[in-house]
Amino acid sequence: MKDYSLFLVRVALLSFQGTWKYYTWMAILCVFCLVGLRAYSWQFVEGLSTTGLTNQVSWGVYIANFTFLVGVAAAAVMLVIPAYVYKKDHMNKVVIFGELMAISVIVMCLLFVTVDLGRPERFHHMIPPFGILNWPLSILSWDVIVLNGYLLLNMHICGYLLYNQYLGRKPTRMFYIPFIFIAIAWAISIHTVTAFLYVGLAGRPYWNNPIVAPRFLASAFTAGPALLIIAFQIIRKSTSYWIGNEPIFTLRMIMTVSMIINVFLLGCEIFTEFYAATVHVASASYLYFGLEGYHGLVGWIWTAIFLDFLGLGLLMTPLSRDINWLNIACFVSFIGIWIEKGMGLIIPGFVPSPLGQVVEYLPTVSETLICLGIWAFGALLYSWMLKIAIPIMDGSLRRPVPPSTV
Amino acid sequence: MNLETENEVQPRTIRESLKPLTRRTFLKGTAASLVGMSGVVAALEPLLKLERGELTLDSLLQKHYHQLTPEAMERILRDLEKQCQERYGVMPNISDVKPLEGIGFAYALNLTRCVGCRKCAHACMAENNQSRESDIDLDMSYIRVLELDKGSINLETSNQYYDPEVVPRKGKYYMPVQCHQCRESPCTKACPVKATWQEPDGIIVVDYNWCIGCRYCMAACPYDARRFNFEKPKVPQEAINPNQSYLSNRIRPKGVVEKCTFCLHRTREGKYPACLEVCPTGARIFGNLLDPESEINYILKNKRVYILKEDVGTVPRFYYFFDT
Repeated sequence: MKDYSLFLVRVALLSFQGTWKYYTWMAILCVFCLVGLRAYSWQFVEGLSTTGLTNQVSWGVYIANFTFLVGVAAAAVMLVIPAYVYKKDHMNKVVIFGELMAISVIVMCLLFVTVDLGRPERFHHMIPPFGILNWPLSILSWDVIVLNGYLLLNMHICGYLLYNQYLGRKPTRMFYIPFIFIAIAWAISIHTVTAFLYVGLAGRPYWNNPIVAPRFLASAFTAGPALLIIAFQIIRKSTSYWIGNEPIFTLRMIMTVSMIINVFLLGCEIFTEFYAATVHVASASYLYFGLEGYHGLVGWIWTAIFLDFLGLGLLMTPLSRDINWLNIACFVSFIGIWIEKGMGLIIPGFVPSPLGQVVEYLPTVSETLICLGIWAFGALLYSWMLKIAIPIMDGSLRRPVPPSTV
Repeated sequence: MNLETENEVQPRTIRESLKPLTRRTFLKGTAASLVGMSGVVAALEPLLKLERGELTLDSLLQKHYHQLTPEAMERILRDLEKQCQERYGVMPNISDVKPLEGIGFAYALNLTRCVGCRKCAHACMAENNQSRESDIDLDMSYIRVLELDKGSINLETSNQYYDPEVVPRKGKYYMPVQCHQCRESPCTKACPVKATWQEPDGIIVVDYNWCIGCRYCMAACPYDARRFNFEKPKVPQEAINPNQSYLSNRIRPKGVVEKCTFCLHRTREGKYPACLEVCPTGARIFGNLLDPESEINYILKNKRVYILKEDVGTVPRFYYFFDT
């Protein structure tokens, strides 16, 4: 207990110690968070009329970002599987960074859902015994469980391993290995359940399509590793902790395969929608070509497809063995999938409305600021966790050895 | 978690990590905290505009409709009446009308007769106290009247914003759509907190004091029947219907979903829904499905009945039929 209190004190102190770069970075993120918080306070008072949402398009960028980020969080398994299932040593050294990323991204997901609520102060209605969770009927109730479960699993694994490292003690396998294997299955489940949120709605033909879940996973396993590759390079450049090229190139391989599957599934989807051209094609038509003179998403989706293919091209050719080209591939794939999952999946589900009405959606400034704020908060959380984790990993943050034993 | 040897460094001692607190670091720290605090205050400043009574402990602790004792409900109803008086200047009479035994409501709409006058949509607004920007704003009405081209029933080509001098227009026919009170309702399945459910008489209701405003039910509804209060409802004082009930037409709080309740505060007391009463062509038939002698039963047995989106498997209590 004494050890743990000392640990917490040292963590707290360390959080406020750093170079001017660290201070600047954290200060900028804080400013974005506060701007977002102000926009949210306003939304809280006024209601969701501060957003671009309507009765026809009742979910927008909040849910789009949420959906995308669930995938990024799930993608942490792409480090965990090589590290623990295939016992790749080089992955072992970075796996914790993936798990920490999962934590911060899940927190972002929860924030995105919360800001989307019309009555956020009633969130306890979901938590028995204060409220009633409509489980197992409501897929949203499943999502609440799997997301929070995944957060807890990762917090336990990271917390346990890091604290043992701090103590200089070998972690007991029984206390973390089972959780790691549960977390692998759990990671797949969070994105599958999130896909089922949409797939389960028979009244929305654009979503009511079995390919959505596999495509979710394929795109997640592209976007997640893309972000990790970039994060690893930032870590090795800006801290003393060296990450070699092997994990980066293992991730590149995973990304390449996932992107191929993603683009293949996209092709399957487009074929099914357009070749038979049933009445269900309306949403896809709106997305790719515009409907009844409304073209809001056309520019977005073709940008996404262009970026996806550019990413795919770079990943498949030897060009991306060069780290700079790889970074470009990661960047374009990440943005491409973000658009595809957000603007490309959520919004067209609502256009046209079930009664055939075309209402377009565009996020407002306030909505955008809230999104930026949450992204900044995620970055802040991840940076802070790295700030603590790296000194523990490299041994500079260690339990002081009592003088008597020296 | 094996450490790469190249990453191993000497542990920092406690003394090293506890830098001595100098006057300089103290001042810097104080300044930074002050800036941070004022940032937080500035960020939260809009909360000052929160309306009085918007967030009360009572409302936060209120239980689900099904868990309320009669006394608790009584207290809540009186509170809601007081709130309506304070915010909208009208003292309503809010009750909690319960479903009757042996009744299963159903609605049928005669597509041959409907002329698309939208009187039902306006009557719905007058009865149910929905928010509106102006007299002609029907966005929150529970009824959307579609204008369709004769020759098919293709919703994709429908128009809700038709505005001719006279209806019906040549070559067009009209289809009012409202909540179908589905027996296999995707909306009640979707709700994560059971804030919306099917009552024994078939009516699907929302507990506005329990809804968290996630809008998953809206995404789930194949009939576009649900409406969300994006802001505090705007109802002109003179337009408020003071005869209200807890599960139907009381003025909603902001941030919750609402929907057609077959005017349960009327129909459970033996009256017709407001939309039926106002219909000039007699296109609307409402009644008790469990009564073999009812007109609705006659129609469902003898007319050519059409169920909107039957393929979605919602098994509605709302039917369309053709006369001739």
